[in-house]
Amino acid sequence: MASVPAVLQSEWTKIRTVSSTTWTLVSAFVVTVALSAALCALTKATFDDLSREEQFTFDPTLFSFSGMILGQLAMVVFGVLVVGTEYSSGMIRTSLAAVPQRATFLFSKIAVATALALVVGMATSFASFFIGQALLGEHRTTIGADNVLRAVIGGGLYMGLIALFSMAVATMLRSSILSLGILMPFFFLVSQILASVPKAKDVARYFPDQAGSKIMQVLPDAMGGNEAPYGPWGGLGIMVIWVVAALIGAYLVLKKRDA
Amino acid sequence: MTRSRWGWRMIEAVGLTKRYGAKTAVYNLSFHVRPGAVTGFLGPNGAGKSTTMRMILGLDNPTAGSVTVGGQPFRQTPNAPRQVGALLDAKAVHGGRSARNHLLSLAQLSGIPARRVDEVLGVVGLQEVAKKRSKGFSLGMGQRLGIAAALLGDPQVLLFDEPVNGLDPEGILWVRNLMKQLASEGRTVFVSSHLMSEMAVTADHLIVIGRGQLLSDMSVRDFISANSADFARVRTPDTEPQLREKLSAALSEAGAHVVPEPDGGLRVMGLPLPRISDLAHGADVRLWELSPHQASLEEAYMRMTQGAVDYRSTTDQKAGLMQQPQPGYGPPAQQVPDVPQQGWYAPPPPQPGQHPYAAPAADPRLPAGPAAAVPAAAPAPADPTKPEDPR
Repeated sequence: MASVPAVLQSEWTKIRTVSSTTWTLVSAFVVTVALSAALCALTKATFDDLSREEQFTFDPTLFSFSGMILGQLAMVVFGVLVVGTEYSSGMIRTSLAAVPQRATFLFSKIAVATALALVVGMATSFASFFIGQALLGEHRTTIGADNVLRAVIGGGLYMGLIALFSMAVATMLRSSILSLGILMPFFFLVSQILASVPKAKDVARYFPDQAGSKIMQVLPDAMGGNEAPYGPWGGLGIMVIWVVAALIGAYLVLKKRDA
Repeated sequence: MTRSRWGWRMIEAVGLTKRYGAKTAVYNLSFHVRPGAVTGFLGPNGAGKSTTMRMILGLDNPTAGSVTVGGQPFRQTPNAPRQVGALLDAKAVHGGRSARNHLLSLAQLSGIPARRVDEVLGVVGLQEVAKKRSKGFSLGMGQRLGIAAALLGDPQVLLFDEPVNGLDPEGILWVRNLMKQLASEGRTVFVSSHLMSEMAVTADHLIVIGRGQLLSDMSVRDFISANSADFARVRTPDTEPQLREKLSAALSEAGAHVVPEPDGGLRVMGLPLPRISDLAHGADVRLWELSPHQASLEEAYMRMTQGAVDYRSTTDQKAGLMQQPQPGYGPPAQQVPDVPQQGWYAPPPPQPGQHPYAAPAADPRLPAGPAAAVPAAAPAPADPTKPEDPR
């Protein structure tokens, strides 16, 4: 058996020696923090223009994560490339010839990449929160307020889970281009659009990103939105179910199919 | 030769079969590879060599049959990189990673120290580009990197899929000596190639496959003696083809196996040269040539795999480049009877019953331009459906 620590170490070498790791993770951080900060600054200036209902349900915590809608796409790219480049380069055959135990290979690779995504996700979440609150001025909240810490940590978990889900999808599809072609429009367009269409909303709220992002809300009906039939942890649980299902699919595909 | 602890069958395939949909890539292949020798794995393109290699490494699952390395399926091999090293595809590396980091990630899998990485980089002669991204590597450098990866764990079993592809003559010589050296250390070396000439000087044993089936499994020495029969080449005067027929008949009658060669000569097997001369003299046939020959291994291999070549080239007729006749001027080429395709500018031989102005250049009524440029071997703009010429 190729020992698990050895495979973990090897995967860490692989992940730190390609430049795509750096630029996807840096963009996830920069895009999320910068966009959130910009939106917070803008909202502070135009707070009086919001409707009464929106003012009443204004969730400063959730609002400081606004940039994540775009920033999560960089996380998707990171997750997809970690796995997808093995296939596009043919490296997968070298890797599997060296580690014939496919479960060891897959889960070591995913564990290393997910750990890295989680660290970056947490940093992104905390930075977005504190910079956002500083810019919101009198509308801000504090990390000590009820449920706020849960939401901020949840934001980091959400980023990590998005990356993990992308890795599993890329393992199933065995192609970076195909995976990005499906995941990017899904998270950026389909899910966002369906979530604001009255009837489709009831289905869309069970999508991984829609359910998982509930963890970042402090007010259940934040920003004039409807209250979901599940709580913040329930939402994250739904996302975890999606991720686990994708991981099982990824493992079965890798185990059964020819490399 | 050292006898390995697994005996003489380091790699053993039994009834190995692989189907991709309707296509059978490998069918009922059984062979074994022993240690202390270079075993050549030979076959035309698409014969199933790489598929077999991938099945040995557990990358592809066989449809039927099994293959073991060191007595067990590869997927169950403990610490595989220390037991089996493989070069499958020179370009199977992440182009953005440097050569050294690529090898380092592979070394770490089996607890090989980084020292060893620099060592193998030196062995394959890549130390100067070790920090460069492998994206910019030539095919030959890629092959060297792949060979370095295979050598990394100092394994007992080595598989190389077409290792000399893209290498310069110096590199080819190096690979050849490397293989022999590895085998002389008692390792099992299994190397695929589609070049018989390469294997004849590298391998000790040959396994030849075609269309995924075993064609031959014998030592190179046996292969040479079994396949390189002596023969004589005989040429009669080109000017008198009937002499050739006459001699051919006389030789066959005397028990020789006579095969005509494309250039007009005859290949005679089973008769000594003096006897051929006597027979020719007796038949009153003059000879322009009578020479002893030995069939090359390449020829033997070609003969063996003749029926098993998947991708055979044909003469380029360049018909796709030829101008189509303009509508109304002529039928498509295939309707012109008995005009052999003779090449781009060769005029067709005169055909009995054909119009005398069949060739476009001979027809003054044709408009100048594309239609007039139709090469003569292409359809003549005569229309058999118009028997009466308006002229």
